[in-house]
Amino acid sequence: MLLKLVKKMSVFPIINGIILLLLSMLCILPIMHIIAISFSSSIAVETGKVGFIPYDFTLSAYEFIAQRIEFWRAMYVTIQRVIIGGGISMLLTVLTAYPLSKEDSYLKGRNIFAWVFFITMLVGGGLIPWYMLIKQLNLMDTLWALVLPGAVQVFNIVILLNFFRQLPKALEEAAVIDGASHFIILFKIYIPSAMPALATLTLFTLVGHWNSWFDGLILMNFPEKYPLQTYLQTMIIAKDFSLMTGYNVQSMGEISSKTVQAAQIFLGALPVMLFYPFLQKYFVKGIVLGSVKG
Amino acid sequence: MDVIESVVEINRPHLKFKTFQKYKSRIPLYIMLIPGLIFLVIFAYIPMVGISIAFQNFNPAIGLFGQQIWCGFDNFIYLFQLPGTKQAIWNTVYISFMKIFFGTLIQIAVSIMINEVRSSFYKRYIQTIIYLPFFLSWIILSGIFISMLSPTDGIINNTLQQLGIDKIFFLGDNKWFPTVLISTDIWKNFGFGTIIYLATITSIDPQLYESASMDGATRWQKVRYITLPEMRMIIVLLALLSLGNILNAGFDQVFNLYSPLVKQSGDILDTLVYRLGIVQAQYGVAAAAGLFKSAVSLILISTSYYCAYKYADYKMF
Repeated sequence: MLLKLVKKMSVFPIINGIILLLLSMLCILPIMHIIAISFSSSIAVETGKVGFIPYDFTLSAYEFIAQRIEFWRAMYVTIQRVIIGGGISMLLTVLTAYPLSKEDSYLKGRNIFAWVFFITMLVGGGLIPWYMLIKQLNLMDTLWALVLPGAVQVFNIVILLNFFRQLPKALEEAAVIDGASHFIILFKIYIPSAMPALATLTLFTLVGHWNSWFDGLILMNFPEKYPLQTYLQTMIIAKDFSLMTGYNVQSMGEISSKTVQAAQIFLGALPVMLFYPFLQKYFVKGIVLGSVKG
Repeated sequence: MDVIESVVEINRPHLKFKTFQKYKSRIPLYIMLIPGLIFLVIFAYIPMVGISIAFQNFNPAIGLFGQQIWCGFDNFIYLFQLPGTKQAIWNTVYISFMKIFFGTLIQIAVSIMINEVRSSFYKRYIQTIIYLPFFLSWIILSGIFISMLSPTDGIINNTLQQLGIDKIFFLGDNKWFPTVLISTDIWKNFGFGTIIYLATITSIDPQLYESASMDGATRWQKVRYITLPEMRMIIVLLALLSLGNILNAGFDQVFNLYSPLVKQSGDILDTLVYRLGIVQAQYGVAAAAGLFKSAVSLILISTSYYCAYKYADYKMF
């Protein structure tokens, strides 16, 4: 009887489920490991006792970071760039995508403008001219250097304009008859209807700003202006401690310890880890609608 | 006849007024485009003009549009005589291609597996977890991998040692470095990459599967003869579009896992440009390398978009 039941139940779903479980563990274990290190004592880490759960639990790494002003200053720069940069970028995306979503017969020159934007996805000047330009605009060492150069996200504009095009025309026509201007149509009709796409693009824009590090590294001459990821790059990967203020031999040893590095890595990843699962249903929808079926 | 003509004559100013009215309503649309265009001209088109640095003995004190000394193709000749340039081009293509090829295979396989999961809760759990690495920066991930792969106290080498295997200096060994780059990149992106494939699978007509079941098709046969053929278009399309980007081997990743020990196997075009330009201040040569990359990329990307348009009916906008 039982044997029959087992035979009837295919083993495939079980094996399939287990393989996927292992894959998901593969994705999360490296992060668990770093979290475990950050909550363990230095001795336990150095003797290789820490796996995926904290060993000899302690908060000392976090207590140490709490006092490091450089860390929080960098965090502050990042928060500024996320809010200001994200805001400017999304505003430009919306303002550009709306006119470009019209037909060329309606908006003369639309195709030319669309190409003007699209071409920048195919070809660019490269790092050196870009760097020289920002130098010459005197943007170096300002927040604007982190915010303005990447403000126009052509890929996002394309996704949003494809989304706008799929909205029912009747919505707009009714508004036109009521005498609504294009600004009103955009902000009162298009934007509320495009929430899945906008949530996706906002997520990517904010995460993009949070994760950016290279611009901070080459455009900021003073370490106190570094955003968080650039700070982490210099402290953990390049291991350049010259940007620490008032360091002595003891704090030098501590900041280069594996537990403190792990704690900083975890704090640098935490907001993104908390943020993206809530927008999952939007970005799955937004990606699919915007990029492929357009 | 006369009457009609005069009517038209009378109507003409009115018609003109009407067309003006018609176009007046478009003015706000043009206004909306202005801010984006200004940013685009400054930060995308001026650097394109600035690529002239590649043909100059560039002196930064004179500036981007100053009276620079022109030197023809000297920078290119110098660039291709540098010992590491050809190796960097090869590394770029090799690392990129392996990432695209194996990444695509794994993404397809995982999408099919996720699609077979019946419990929607379990499906959602798996998806949420495997999307995670995509959202983390290469700074975070490099920090984690450098720690895990450390030859002295990394968890992987500790485990190897316990199994009686010699320690491996993954990030300092030319034999291992490209493999680390390729596998960690696939690890970071495979989950997110399943989104589009999964959407394609779920859009397949369920009747196809039902009639196959009635004919007694096994699970594997259904995948082989229904799912994969139905996915063919999207696979070709995405592969084409990523092949256009083959000269982008992943600067963020390589830069942060790189060390001079693995220059031979890990130096890519982007790290070469960075080193020549930003570190060594050889702006002309670095810009030449950048121009080389841009020019080849332009050809590849345009070709891939053209093919995608022609064979897969794909239109970007």
